[in-house]
Amino acid sequence: MNLTLKVWRQNGANDKGRLESYQVKDISPDMSFLEMMDVLNDQIIVEGKDPVAFDHDCREGICGSCSMFINGEAHGPGRGITTCQLHMRTFNDGDTIYIEPWRAAAFPVIKDLVTDRSAFDRIIQAGGYVSVNTSGNTQDANALPIPKDDADKAFDAATCIGCGACVATCKNSSAMLFVSAKVSQLALLPQGDPERTTRALHMVEQMDKEGFGNCTNTGACEVECPKEISLENIARLNREYLRASVNPDK
Amino acid sequence: MSVLDSKIPSGPLAHKWTHHKDHVNLVNPANKRLIDVIVVGTGLAGSSAAASLAEMGYNVKALCFQDSPRRAHSIAAQGGINAAKNYQNDGDSTFRLFYDTIKGGDYRSREANVYRLAEVSASIIDQCVAQGVPFARDYGGLLDNRSFGGVLVSRTFYAKGQTGQQLLLGAYSALSRQIAKGKVEMLNRHEMLDVVLVGGKARGIIARNLVTGEIERISAHAVVLASGGYGNVFFLSTNAMGSNVTAAWKAHKKGAFFANPCFTQIHPTCIPVSGDYQSKLTLMSESLRNDGRIWVPKKLEDVKAIRDGSKKPVQIAEEDRDYYLERRYPSFGNLVPRDVASRAAKERCDEGYGVNKTGEAVFLDFSSAIMRYGKTEARIRGIENPSTDQVRALGEEVVGNKYGNLFQMYEKITDDNPYKTPMKIYPAVHYTMGGIWVDYNLQTTVPGLFATGEANFSDHGANRLGASALMQGLADGYFVLPYTIGEYLASDIRTGKISTDLPEFEAAEKAVRDQLNKFINNKGTQPVDFFHKKLGRIMWDQCGMARSAEGLTKAIADIQALRKDFFANVRVSGKLDELNPELEKAMRVADFIDLGELMCKDALERNESCGGHFRTEYQTEEGEALRDDVNYAYVAAWEYTGSPADSILHKEDLKFEEVELKQRSYK
Repeated sequence: MNLTLKVWRQNGANDKGRLESYQVKDISPDMSFLEMMDVLNDQIIVEGKDPVAFDHDCREGICGSCSMFINGEAHGPGRGITTCQLHMRTFNDGDTIYIEPWRAAAFPVIKDLVTDRSAFDRIIQAGGYVSVNTSGNTQDANALPIPKDDADKAFDAATCIGCGACVATCKNSSAMLFVSAKVSQLALLPQGDPERTTRALHMVEQMDKEGFGNCTNTGACEVECPKEISLENIARLNREYLRASVNPDK
Repeated sequence: MSVLDSKIPSGPLAHKWTHHKDHVNLVNPANKRLIDVIVVGTGLAGSSAAASLAEMGYNVKALCFQDSPRRAHSIAAQGGINAAKNYQNDGDSTFRLFYDTIKGGDYRSREANVYRLAEVSASIIDQCVAQGVPFARDYGGLLDNRSFGGVLVSRTFYAKGQTGQQLLLGAYSALSRQIAKGKVEMLNRHEMLDVVLVGGKARGIIARNLVTGEIERISAHAVVLASGGYGNVFFLSTNAMGSNVTAAWKAHKKGAFFANPCFTQIHPTCIPVSGDYQSKLTLMSESLRNDGRIWVPKKLEDVKAIRDGSKKPVQIAEEDRDYYLERRYPSFGNLVPRDVASRAAKERCDEGYGVNKTGEAVFLDFSSAIMRYGKTEARIRGIENPSTDQVRALGEEVVGNKYGNLFQMYEKITDDNPYKTPMKIYPAVHYTMGGIWVDYNLQTTVPGLFATGEANFSDHGANRLGASALMQGLADGYFVLPYTIGEYLASDIRTGKISTDLPEFEAAEKAVRDQLNKFINNKGTQPVDFFHKKLGRIMWDQCGMARSAEGLTKAIADIQALRKDFFANVRVSGKLDELNPELEKAMRVADFIDLGELMCKDALERNESCGGHFRTEYQTEEGEALRDDVNYAYVAAWEYTGSPADSILHKEDLKFEEVELKQRSYK
């Protein structure tokens, strides 16, 4: 099929940026969206121009690198997928497709569709871990049974890939789904219990410092999340934060 | 006498590691603060090493080319991680894990290293659980296990089909804790472009900041390469797009020997290639072979009907299906090791039984498992005389719980529903057993330069068993390197900071700049991928699942011609001082071309078949790999002397004291 692409081009954070039009021809419906972008870039390079920069790596929906806002949706049409898992069979011959970067104050554009998401790393550094050193002498892994239901819920929260679609899609650019996924995972497991209070407080504090917006329970994040992280985690984060705030000694 | 000293400790196999740990040099806590270590790469091997070294007190500088350490390609590992815990009471032990790994590697790995790997495996699981890694559990709250290829026990721990992700996020959280403390300086979006030697020792690296294009000099008392494998030399592989050999290859050019480069793993269960535009291949975890049965039709007319769409796979009667792995290998069946399963698929497809349009696919069928689980589930739920549809629905639920994310991935890519119709799969490049040669301390032939994880050659011989890559990456990073690096660093406590103004840094930086400039100023016409795809085709055709002296000789000539073509005709757009993915790719492909030539040379030199290395001239009457233990029971370690064609072979003879060398049989 033949398509018209309107791609956001921006040369660094100080450039204003603009949408540019490109035509691509003979796109196979079996191609992934990023393979279609490869075709576009090869075409641009042969013309002697600067190809479109975009983040991507594993191309199987797990590394969380790819991050395109396609036709007004984070990771494009389709649910439970990343941009690299979107396939061209979703589109029709003659379509015009708009491709933009994540837009949020906390994710400044580096170039074209590439943004700086290091704010997420700093939130994890603020407390998204269990303080245990490598030793080889921690207790036996089976010494502490964990109810399957808790383990499963912790796992579901832990599947977050840190792509930032939740922030990109939120009208407030809130990072609550991301933060709540990590807080939930560790709050549900006994290993996370000793630092439960400080973790919730410090991670939320860092989130605010990075310039993410507030959560107004719209739920768009859950809809667009490629790993379908549940909104229940945000409810749990609110409980954890409240608990930590009213009783900071616990 | 070989120039290679593997430094394997003396004493009985089971005591070597404990004894070695008890006697290596230690660095006192105050002195650790005076010592800097660079860790290149933040996958399982890199993150775990960086975090552990920082916890011990060393100053760590870690690099990754991704925008966050959490995105390293270990994240994509699916099926699980092995550990000799014997939680299932099925007779597992350290010795059995060691034995399975040696045998699975077709007797081309070092006994002492593999035994140590098996020995520390149990600690890995304890450590990860303590970090909050949410492994799968059963109803009693205890850890669940499954089985993988080449073994007769269930020792694989898992977190659905996302085990690598969960383990990496555990290591990343430990790393993040040390970044927050200032003990690790984390350099995201940085790529190592050379290692700097001062007085014959590795004392730093030259790296490019991928955002600004700045060339940075970074010094340290030791450098750890945890930069992963080189499967992308084939262009199409299950590796991430950015996975590359550059850090390892630059180290090789500076004196680190490269061992067994031709030992590559072709994974049997990947989604088949669908077109020329394809950028990568996607793995379907080996864990699926616990429940999936592999088959092709027995009759060629059925194959034809499936290809033209006039028959659906479910319409082929049971007696007309050839479950060829169960037929050829009754005792291991669908769970034979990867090299064996891959070759068997190729054999059927070469005979014309491939089930897709390109003739390069076989079926992986879950219908038996779905019905079997459905019946059990109906009984558990107390449903009397359930209908077939009810059983199927219940079974699909159980299978979905085990492999849901994999089935979803498959459906997104192929538009086929694997609950209703068998998956189509075909072998694809997945892992590289070869890598930088290291001694027992994980030190390369360059003093002060270490290699861990997939970047080294050490533990998997000629074929890696499933769920052992995660085990090795974390074993090296958490439990081996942090001890063994002390042996080297203990002599460095009075050295003081290494200056980056030394002439050696100056010279290395200049060489890197020259190469970058050359690409930017080249007046070529073709994008980098054009050449990378050509290289991949040569490698896949001649140095893939089947190799021959004739093909390899031709491949070497073809690669040499390709190298000339690449440097003359590649076009790299953009500038030096900005984010420039084309420039990054050009630097990587230049090294892949050199590596590809060395791989072919290594494969040509090894006149035997073993593990993933199958030379068509050396096979048994039944088409199994024919090893030559008299002449080839050694590690081939190559020394760089100016070009791959001139590389010199050094041999480290492998001595087997505990294990008797046999022809591997999975029948």
